[in-house]
Amino acid sequence: MLCREIVTEMPTLVDITGRKKETVDRAVIRFCGDSGDGMQITGSQFTNTAALFGNDLATFPDFPAEIRAPAGTLPGVSGFQVHFSSNDVYTPGDAVDVLVAMNPAALKMNVADLKPNGILIVNLDNFEENDLRKAQVKVSPLEDHSLDAYRLFSVELTKLTRAALKGLGLDAKSMDRCKNFFALGMCYWLYNRSMEPTVRYLTDKFKNKPDLVAANTLAMKAGYSYCEATEAFQVSYEIPPAKLEPGTYRNISGNAALALGFVAASQQAGVKLFLGSYPITPASDILHELSMYKDFGVTTFQAEDEIAAITSAIGAAYAGALGITTTSGPGMALKTEALGLAVAVELPLVVCDIQRGGPSTGLPTKTEQADLLQALFGRNSEAPVPVLAPATPGDCFWIALEASRIAIKYMVPVIILSDGYLANGAEPWKIPSIEDLPKIEVKYETNPVGFQPYKRNPDTLARPWAIPGTPGLEHRIGGIEKQDVTGNINYEPLNHEHMVRTRAEKVAGIAQDIPEIVPAGDPSGDLLIVAWGSTNGPITAAMNAQRQKGRKIGHVHLRHLNPFPRNLGEVMKRYKKILVPEMNMGQLVMILRAKFLVDAQSYGKIQGKPFKQSEIEDKIEELLD
Amino acid sequence: MTTAELPIYTKKDFQTDQEIRWCPGCGDYAILSAVQMVFADLKIPKEKLVFISGIGCSSRFPYYMNTFGFHTIHGRAPAVATGVKLVRPDLDVWVATGDGDSLSIGGNHTIHMLRRNVGLKVLMFNNKIYGLTKGQYSPTSEVGKKAKSTPFGSVDRPFNPLSLAIGSEATFVARSVDVFQAHLRETLKKASTHKGSAYVEILQNCNIFNDGAWDTITERDARSEHVVQLEHGKPLIFGKNRDKGIRLVGLELEVVALGNGIAEKDLLIHDEHNPNPVYAFAISRMDTMSGFPTPIGVFRSIENVPQYEDLVNQQIADVQAKKGKGDLAKLLRAGDTWELLA
Repeated sequence: MLCREIVTEMPTLVDITGRKKETVDRAVIRFCGDSGDGMQITGSQFTNTAALFGNDLATFPDFPAEIRAPAGTLPGVSGFQVHFSSNDVYTPGDAVDVLVAMNPAALKMNVADLKPNGILIVNLDNFEENDLRKAQVKVSPLEDHSLDAYRLFSVELTKLTRAALKGLGLDAKSMDRCKNFFALGMCYWLYNRSMEPTVRYLTDKFKNKPDLVAANTLAMKAGYSYCEATEAFQVSYEIPPAKLEPGTYRNISGNAALALGFVAASQQAGVKLFLGSYPITPASDILHELSMYKDFGVTTFQAEDEIAAITSAIGAAYAGALGITTTSGPGMALKTEALGLAVAVELPLVVCDIQRGGPSTGLPTKTEQADLLQALFGRNSEAPVPVLAPATPGDCFWIALEASRIAIKYMVPVIILSDGYLANGAEPWKIPSIEDLPKIEVKYETNPVGFQPYKRNPDTLARPWAIPGTPGLEHRIGGIEKQDVTGNINYEPLNHEHMVRTRAEKVAGIAQDIPEIVPAGDPSGDLLIVAWGSTNGPITAAMNAQRQKGRKIGHVHLRHLNPFPRNLGEVMKRYKKILVPEMNMGQLVMILRAKFLVDAQSYGKIQGKPFKQSEIEDKIEELLD
Repeated sequence: MTTAELPIYTKKDFQTDQEIRWCPGCGDYAILSAVQMVFADLKIPKEKLVFISGIGCSSRFPYYMNTFGFHTIHGRAPAVATGVKLVRPDLDVWVATGDGDSLSIGGNHTIHMLRRNVGLKVLMFNNKIYGLTKGQYSPTSEVGKKAKSTPFGSVDRPFNPLSLAIGSEATFVARSVDVFQAHLRETLKKASTHKGSAYVEILQNCNIFNDGAWDTITERDARSEHVVQLEHGKPLIFGKNRDKGIRLVGLELEVVALGNGIAEKDLLIHDEHNPNPVYAFAISRMDTMSGFPTPIGVFRSIENVPQYEDLVNQQIADVQAKKGKGDLAKLLRAGDTWELLA
């Protein structure tokens, strides 16, 4: 893969102490430790610093469902991986260059992903007999030569942090909480990064707790100085900024991007944004984020349950707002009846399903893409809805706008399928200017003359949005089958068939309103990879690598899963083979085979983890060799 | 719109052209008629009135009201209505529901609507039976109820709907009866002016599946012995000759005969504005106690509790007043950003 090959070709510099400074094009660091060790914040800080420096990057936070599993045990291990580069980054990286392991459990769970000769930093203070027992390790891996393949640095992180913070008058527990920043400081030295952004972050975050700002800053600086002083590290690395498209960038996670996208949609449409939501991992951050935007008139309603979350949003839509609801698989299951109501009464609504491993509670903090069939078909009777899926964390912003546009224009509930990996993963995001945002036209019905609640727009088949409070438009809607045009209760057989087909036709017609698909890579050839959602990164990276080897491969990444782009069938015919990698047992592939009668091959992974680039490459080679 | 400009409505203005599909003889007809009459006097423009319902016989109600109407799904009307009220606090939003819809499948939404004090007027038609599904016992059916699903009698204890509402600290709780038209209209009128959630239980006869469930209350001869009318500031007196009353001894209520040293001044004087829900709760227990009459009227009416939709929208207004209206371009650029030049 790219990373290993290029490392050796880069020029070597020497720093003032005589130690080597190598320039490399990319690196992957993973911080892992106990879930109380602050690994997520350590990783986020390194990420932020790398982003501000101008690297392209991708992250993979991986944490347990338990808030605090017993300290030091295997189930309590939490990790944060960041891949940063002077070139394009599509994935958080298959293997890591630097592994920071705060205890034996973290080491045990993660060391297999460290590259040969990779840098391994462990907290020596946490390798006592008791720590080893909690990690179910008999012999210390620091002593049994099992780590000989790596550049091992056993550092007394706890003791050194305590020594650095001695003068601050903190208790031992508070001092020990800063050892992650000691490790962060070491990594900053290792990659020649400024500590300034993190100091700024600490100053802002703990405005009212100056002792915490001082302690964490001091610990970080101590880690940095430790590397400088001890000469343990003979080499440090430089990774120049990436050549991204010019513009203003910020770092963004998928959930934050969704939240911003909905605020933007409500502004572009000139309607109030209403979120009805019930807390659920990994979707809650969207609720947290949107609850801050009251200055944009956003109403967030933390409902009593998932059903009230969606039904309140339906009520809000009925009253003229952009109604949205956010959830994950189990909540999605609870919302299905209400979603059917939204289909029947034809109101605009956006439902975000941030998918996670299932069934039932499953793997709440791990990613999966197994709700596609639920999104497409998980309602009683015939109740088709448009389904969209963002491809990257930043794309979540655009997908929120697109879903809102479709919902309002076609008076229809729309489902967005994001997932845990997109939700928590982050990437540099080019901030759009307001002029680049799509306009969303809203036209409430106001004219009582000839008003009929189900009189449709002949182009879109949308019914009018006739909101309460409008004089002369008093009318009744409901879940009972209704006569077209008048909306009156109607049980006649032919009317029912007409209504079912009309609702389906309306959704199918959206295909004329979305762009045709243009495959990435080769426009025709031996293999087309068709995929959706967060698999975009590893597939893109794998395809690029395989095309460099001379293979003819295209990649279609579907953002619209219902209806499909209208030329999808034609595009698929241009390739000899079709591969559909999904983090499920083969859901999209089932639809493609049924709809287009193509011999698409499924490649499913259901491990709660994203695909690795190497896994996709292996599959491509298996199919083409 | 000023009062002078308000259109003058009659009951007819609130009737729709839709064929009413309740069984002949159903108590719902009487409730519909009372609501239409009360609405004609509300002094609220028709387009500002919204009726939202769940599922069940009662929930067909919106189809027969010439206002805005939304027939939703089973049990969820309070949640849908909460969404409407949060977005449009200026609308007058009513909920039609039943004992199954409100207390079984929708029990959760009912209690949460009440604790939040959302400004909704809820009409809960209690016929102690599932009518639309053709006769199963409901969460208000008495123990031992023989119904389609309980051929040997039901064994579960029923809810007392008003005890539940008061337990949720509902700010307006009342009971009336389908056939007591004047009382019903009066009760609905009081509910209509309440600020906050108004929960009105309407005892309603299902003449097909549970005929006569309220006979002891509604039959002319029995009525005065089995009903006590709650009137603010007045003692609780009942009986054909108004010779019995309710007295409070410690935390216990007792039925006493007037005379022999017991005068009206010794009786419980009804105070619907008592902020302590314990009082309203105590009188809500009467119809579950042997020998006690069933109270009708307003149990509790507390006006100084803020409405949920006002609090939510005030918070938004406060933030906007402090921070100014949101600027999207600024929001997108919030936090750490960096420039890449061409």
